[in-house]
Amino acid sequence: MVGKNCFAMASDRRLGVQLQTIATDFQRISKIHDRVFLGLSGLATDAQTLYQRLVFRHKLYQLREERDMKPETFANLVSALLYEKRFGPYFCQPVIAGLGDEDKPFICTMDSIGAKELAKDFVVAGTASESLYGACESMFKEDMEPEELFETVSQALLSSVDRDCLSGWGGHVYVVTPTEVKERILKGRMD
Amino acid sequence: MECVFGLVGNDFAIVAADSSAVHSILVHKSNEDKIMILDSHKLIAASGESGDRVQFTEYVQKNVALYQFRNGIPLTTAAAANFTRGELATALRKNPYFVNILLAGYDKETGPSLFYIDYIATLHKVDKGAFGYGSYFSLAMMDRHYKSGMTVEEAIDLVDKCIMEIRSRLVVAPPNFVIKIVDKDGAREYAWRESVKDAAVPSA
Repeated sequence: MVGKNCFAMASDRRLGVQLQTIATDFQRISKIHDRVFLGLSGLATDAQTLYQRLVFRHKLYQLREERDMKPETFANLVSALLYEKRFGPYFCQPVIAGLGDEDKPFICTMDSIGAKELAKDFVVAGTASESLYGACESMFKEDMEPEELFETVSQALLSSVDRDCLSGWGGHVYVVTPTEVKERILKGRMD
Repeated sequence: MECVFGLVGNDFAIVAADSSAVHSILVHKSNEDKIMILDSHKLIAASGESGDRVQFTEYVQKNVALYQFRNGIPLTTAAAANFTRGELATALRKNPYFVNILLAGYDKETGPSLFYIDYIATLHKVDKGAFGYGSYFSLAMMDRHYKSGMTVEEAIDLVDKCIMEIRSRLVVAPPNFVIKIVDKDGAREYAWRESVKDAAVPSA
């Protein structure tokens, strides 16, 4: 979700195999560099493979260009990597968020074959995506400060995952401003 | 009906696996060791397709040994787990291995650790993990009784509770289990829990 010169990304913490919960501390959001974060929902193995490939490509980019990737560029890279596997896809839905030029927040999501969906306010992905759309739409306000953004994102996440049996067991929220990254763990309904 | 489970204790990690080798309705043997000693301080407990299980774990074991020969130092548990996941992930979309793995190890710097590696190459570091139909019972017992920093006696007690639960509640419960432990003194067999003994095989 986008705020005033900042963004927040939140995920649940469940790692499960259909009905069975394996772990309740699974990290779904990873840092690509200080100003770009990637969240990967979907099949855990493909999320891990995709993350490793993307970090590899970003490190090569850093060596060649001697700078970090812009979020728009990174989103294009993710889209390209996913479409490469058009007829044998990675079963992941990525959410990309970053601070671009002049600290302007950028967010986008994709389906599992790389169709980008840019938005100005919020993007969602995962099994609880329909609930998340509803919750975010009703709670979102323009130009929220980081603290208010954190509250909004947390409430939207917790209320949506409570309606989805495959999501939950707490939340992970990252609030990123040009000066700092705050990571917070939410305790919600543990079921 | 293969049951594998494990947990991390004070400064050790323990894994238990059933020991029946089954083909459809026939039990070939009941003293099959499904926990391989990967190197001096690592254990790999595997369950799944028997051919894949033996082939894949031996492949990982030999590659871990090769790394040690080439580089003079052993892999850390996390590195071995990531290598295993990499091999499973590469094979996944060509010729997948149907093996679920619990990799337990002890590193001097970081202490004991347990890694859950699915057959589709999902990797996660856990304090307690289990595979198979037995996991419904063993995970529930461990969720109830596990606490971090358990002693060996407490952990073995919990393992025995899980085995009791599997034996009494799983419809085609495996009769025998092997328990192995890894701590600062290395990886070794701890005990067998047998309720059916195989006839001794005269050596060839």
